[in-house]
Amino acid sequence: MKRLQTMALAMLLCGFATITHAAKPAPLPTDSVYRLALPLTDAQGKTNDWSQLRGKPRVVAMFYTSCPYMCPLIVEGGKAVERALPAADRAKVGVVLISLDPKHDTPAKLRAMAAERHVDPTQWTLAAPAPDDVRKVAGVLGVRYRELADGNFNHTSALVLLDADGRIVARTEQVGAKPDPAFVEAVRKQL
Amino acid sequence: MRAVLAGGLVFACIAAGAAIAGAAARTYVGLPGGQFRTALRYEDYKGKPAHVAPFALMRTPVTNGQFLAFVRAHPEWRRDRVPAVFAETRYLQHWAAPDALGPDARPDQPVTWVSWFAADAYCRAIGARLPTWIEWEYAAAADETHRDARKDPAWRERILSWYSRPSNQALPRAGLQAPNVYGVQDLHGLVWEWTDDFSSLLVAGDNRDQGDPDKKQFCGASALSMDDRENYAVLMRVAMLSSLEAHDATTNLGFRCARSASS
Repeated sequence: MKRLQTMALAMLLCGFATITHAAKPAPLPTDSVYRLALPLTDAQGKTNDWSQLRGKPRVVAMFYTSCPYMCPLIVEGGKAVERALPAADRAKVGVVLISLDPKHDTPAKLRAMAAERHVDPTQWTLAAPAPDDVRKVAGVLGVRYRELADGNFNHTSALVLLDADGRIVARTEQVGAKPDPAFVEAVRKQL
Repeated sequence: MRAVLAGGLVFACIAAGAAIAGAAARTYVGLPGGQFRTALRYEDYKGKPAHVAPFALMRTPVTNGQFLAFVRAHPEWRRDRVPAVFAETRYLQHWAAPDALGPDARPDQPVTWVSWFAADAYCRAIGARLPTWIEWEYAAAADETHRDARKDPAWRERILSWYSRPSNQALPRAGLQAPNVYGVQDLHGLVWEWTDDFSSLLVAGDNRDQGDPDKKQFCGASALSMDDRENYAVLMRVAMLSSLEAHDATTNLGFRCARSASS
């Protein structure tokens, strides 16, 4: 009986320890992009810090919804990476598109684009940072851009692969329907 | 008694406010806005001058001493605590310790070996921001007597002679050079300076050898080119800034802060 009690107590303590452990995740690595405090507003209008994306590898790119030429290719690039993975593995990696143009990219615009481009809403996150944060998130992702007088943007078109803790492990400038084999291989290694 | 105390407190606050305003006036100089023809060829300007809104700029670059005070007040920016994603390993490497300057970093020398993130954080911490490229170029086009001295061969020669000086000598202290017509010092001849939008200068060296960089890397637009190829002051700055990542820190690269006009 006494032993039973001790075991129960031990189990209780272990359970408690597990709970506190789960509530307090390990600190982010020092080279994690999620070290940047970055509230993102997604297509559903919900605002969360992007560190919520932790826990799963992510393919991240910057774009804007009114972009006429390159951004559709960025979306295609994301889809091409998904297609290159076995069907069973596709849910293990997320795709995150972050807007360079938060003044215009409202949740409604993001939703419209997700529908128009037929992206899987369970795997894809389309989101906009606060206007003041665009330069910073571009900075941690190594994206260069300039807003033009007509409201368009010049920007580098890169897909950036983050590991589950937000460390940059690969990047490619090859966007469009034909995926970069080295980048796909890097994604596979994260699964 | 309470009234006297309160009155004294109000007076103290006013005095402190005036002191802060006075310090700001010594730190910053106001620049009038105006039309400005950048030396960069942006396709959306089509040779038209850009409009620069009135703004205030620090008279001199931020010094080691000032940056040390910032690091002490914001220890998350100490070189031993800053996340690698915000500053590379060489960040503040010339300081003797994470919170001490030492012989290679005198307090009145401009701070160098700072990343863009650190420079941005410093400016935000004092209610300011980094200047934009066009603001920096606009302020730096002036000499001691003209707002736009860029066509003056003597001015160009002077700047060029700075670039040809070896960079391994100790930096002079900030504020030694004559102020330009606006009252700003050291825009040339001392350190490189971060701008807020340094990463809008899309001439990264790694696109030059990729066949058609315009289509491949940049969204429906071209990389930068220069309208004024003899303007070394700008050419060198742009080449420098366009090669950097936001976490980079390097020798002779510092910054100063700006503020938008409050009106």
